[in-house]
Amino acid sequence: MGKNHYELVILGGGPAGLTAGLYAARARIDHVLIEKGAPGGQVLLTDWVDNYPGFPEGVSGFDLMEKMTAHAKRFDLNTITREVQSVVLDGPDIKKLIFIDDSEMTCDALIICSGASANKLGIPGEAELSGKGVSYCGTCDAPFYRNMNVAVIGGGDTAVQEADYLTRFASKVTIIHRRDELRATKIIQEIAFANEKIDYIWNTQVTAIEGKDEVERVVLLDKEGNKSTLDVQGAFILIGVTPNNEMLPLEQLNADGWGFIRADKETLTCVPGVFAAGDIQSKVMRQIVNACGEAATAVIAAEHYLTNRG
Amino acid sequence: MASDKVQQISDAEFDTTIKSAQPTLVDFWAPWCGPCKAIGPVVEELADEYDGKVTIAKMNVDDNPVTPGKFGIRAIPTLIIFKDGEVVDQITGAVGKSQLIELINKAL
Repeated sequence: MGKNHYELVILGGGPAGLTAGLYAARARIDHVLIEKGAPGGQVLLTDWVDNYPGFPEGVSGFDLMEKMTAHAKRFDLNTITREVQSVVLDGPDIKKLIFIDDSEMTCDALIICSGASANKLGIPGEAELSGKGVSYCGTCDAPFYRNMNVAVIGGGDTAVQEADYLTRFASKVTIIHRRDELRATKIIQEIAFANEKIDYIWNTQVTAIEGKDEVERVVLLDKEGNKSTLDVQGAFILIGVTPNNEMLPLEQLNADGWGFIRADKETLTCVPGVFAAGDIQSKVMRQIVNACGEAATAVIAAEHYLTNRG
Repeated sequence: MASDKVQQISDAEFDTTIKSAQPTLVDFWAPWCGPCKAIGPVVEELADEYDGKVTIAKMNVDDNPVTPGKFGIRAIPTLIIFKDGEVVDQITGAVGKSQLIELINKAL
């Protein structure tokens, strides 16, 4: 199975992990990037990226991640495809990863770039109808909703941008938002408001998703306490993210109340030699551009740590 | 390291494939789907690890509209495990290898 000790392990292969890999490979640090599938992360769920510098025409999430992967590989990025069961941190020196097949790997420094995944609503019908009308990825599933009515739940960048994308296939898209205004970036809002196929239901929560074998309607509850239903064939739940932290020792890493990992401006966590970059970090803004910036910082900080320790 | 153990199947081959003697895992995917791509290497690994015990097949939903329609597939990647031609269970999204192993084990 190859080596079982590296100076630096990068956990995760989204924008942060691939950037950390690029910088580590160029610094000729003895490294490995561990990813459970093919690299790419959440960007793979994005139809179009319009705010990453250097792409004046925009770029598809898919293409951007292929380019980031190819870029890091050009400098001999070392990657393996394996799923980590747990990360064990013991004292200042022991950093161990245990994989799902019980094999182990140790490292001197660790950069956590495990990212985040779509939040679930946690309402009746959601789990039962997942993949049968309930979706967390408009870009993936939009073509299945040709000429249908769908609901998008959420009001942030992802929700509004995906609602716009869905109108290429669906006949009508209704954005259901619990507040009276969208949180999405203004230019994304402008595009959505100009799209005649998008309707809005404000100040309203979805309390259940109903249907026999597939989604037939969503149950709504407005601010005044009025209940109603909306007939839709699809319900796209795009309400922010939850950290991919199942494998991490959260208490030791001083995770915040949501389970994101606190790190200082050099990306150092409270454990020496352990760094966090990208969406897993406890922070206000989660974008590709700052994930990459944090990852570059993390590699430089890790390099200092590796040079100066002991 | 693409595995030659993964069968690419079409609508026409579907029934024969799932009625074979051993359980069959079918990965419904499309080339434009990012998470499908992410899960690809894991499916290939499983094909090597379960060689001789479970048939691992992939169906492109763009080229094969009939079968996904029959199983009400509205999200990809969806992976369905079949035994004796019947659905045992299914999972949607770019899940981890451990969840896919759990899915396969339901048919073993």
